[in-house]
Amino acid sequence: MPTITYLLADGTKTDIKVDVGANVMRTAIDADIPGIVAECGGAAMCATCHVYLEPETESVFTAISDVEEEMLECVADDRQPESRLSCQLNVPAGVDRITVRLPKTQS
Amino acid sequence: MKFQQQQETRSHSYKVPVDGVASLDFDPYAAAVLRDPYPYYEMMRDAGPIVWLERYGVYAVARYDSVRNVLTDPETYCSSAGVGLTNFHTEEPWRQPSIILEVDPPEHTKTRAVFTRILSPRALKKLTSTFEAQAELMVDRMIEKGVCDGVKDLADAFPIKVFGDAVGVPAEGREHLLPYGDMVFNAFGPANDRFNECLANLGPATEWITKACQRENLTPNGFGAELYDAADAGDISHEDAGMLVRTTLSAGLDTTIFTMGNALVNLGRNPDQWALLRDDPTRARATIEEVLRFDSTFHSFYRTTTRETELEGVPLKKEQKVLVFIASANRDPRHWVEPDHFDVTRKATGNMGFGAGIHGCAGQMIARMEGEIALRTLASKVESIELLGEPVLHFNNTVRGYTSMPMRVTAKRH
Repeated sequence: MPTITYLLADGTKTDIKVDVGANVMRTAIDADIPGIVAECGGAAMCATCHVYLEPETESVFTAISDVEEEMLECVADDRQPESRLSCQLNVPAGVDRITVRLPKTQS
Repeated sequence: MKFQQQQETRSHSYKVPVDGVASLDFDPYAAAVLRDPYPYYEMMRDAGPIVWLERYGVYAVARYDSVRNVLTDPETYCSSAGVGLTNFHTEEPWRQPSIILEVDPPEHTKTRAVFTRILSPRALKKLTSTFEAQAELMVDRMIEKGVCDGVKDLADAFPIKVFGDAVGVPAEGREHLLPYGDMVFNAFGPANDRFNECLANLGPATEWITKACQRENLTPNGFGAELYDAADAGDISHEDAGMLVRTTLSAGLDTTIFTMGNALVNLGRNPDQWALLRDDPTRARATIEEVLRFDSTFHSFYRTTTRETELEGVPLKKEQKVLVFIASANRDPRHWVEPDHFDVTRKATGNMGFGAGIHGCAGQMIARMEGEIALRTLASKVESIELLGEPVLHFNNTVRGYTSMPMRVTAKRH
């Protein structure tokens, strides 16, 4: 079973075991992880589920779509090359661990 | 398991196609249901994760998880057959299908991207101060009057002004937008008396809206003009641009008006919740989210199966309509703690008041912004709101809100 590791801005670290295909935003919401708001619930309209991918995780996911790119320009904290919207990230098969860092703010 | 409910009309009856699925005889579009749908939603949720509605020959989902599962699988549960009861693959729609609402990927993705850009949080930020100034004017006027109408003086007036301006339609004649929106949302249900009467009474609304959506009648820099700019850039056709202006107007006005009215009615009925907001107006954003959950504006719409599939263990045929009750999902105790309790301190994100997935409302961020600004302004200036008599409910097949709400407001003492 793969694990998603959420690194919070305050230094806290939370590991959650998930099934393949699990959504990184939804997993965080269901586990009540602070730091992901996801106001629009995954419709790619709000840019409040912003995460930074840790280096070993960057190549794991599908490329950024035009819609996600548009939303990434609206994130509240700094946009970095490793910025993604967690609602667009599903854990692929064959990966043990996904590590995402949460920004200081989402709004 | 079988439930008998009082029926308004009865056109036809279907036999339940699968053993073990509860077959229900009630009409979700009957006036008695629309007046207070929540006991019926509880009945559907308790009857099973999927139920059969005899009267219309459709399956229905009313629990949080089953609603989410349908909405987040657009490949199996499509929108191109229409999001109403009418199956566009086999029947004639009342109007040309919308190229964003009633279409599937990849066509949908292209149109959606245009809206994502035009209605992005960054684009909306520019409108904040204009919206705030209008809200202040309107709330001040309510306070001056003392006895006012929460719908006419705020819930109606505010979106008609600020959203109408943001789209860029002429100020004169905007009242025609409301019956047109009413028609669109009635059409998501059956062609019942309510639908037919609405269609017959549309009058000049269709003509006005068609004209208002033409490029030369739109103000520069509004959402409408930006849709035509997207056509110039080759993202969509010019004909599509006009249609999308129409979609923006029909989708974005009645709904926001109803949401604001639903906010006022629930704050009026729950003085303790109003006090929480009044004493801390920064709660406005969370309050509007709780209103969307507790008293959703949009109640139900359809998806259609693209293939044979299985939902909650029940085999479905291709071209099967599935009625999706988002307002019921938002009250499902399997997901929410004390769902029938209106609580502005609750974390209501994750509610499906705006739908979910790729067809989740494209205007949801501006709708939240309008609601937040109106409520924050009200909470900053007003001490108490008191409903005077019962607000007047509007009956529509799929959206729920009020057309009149007499109330007394008193100013905060500074």
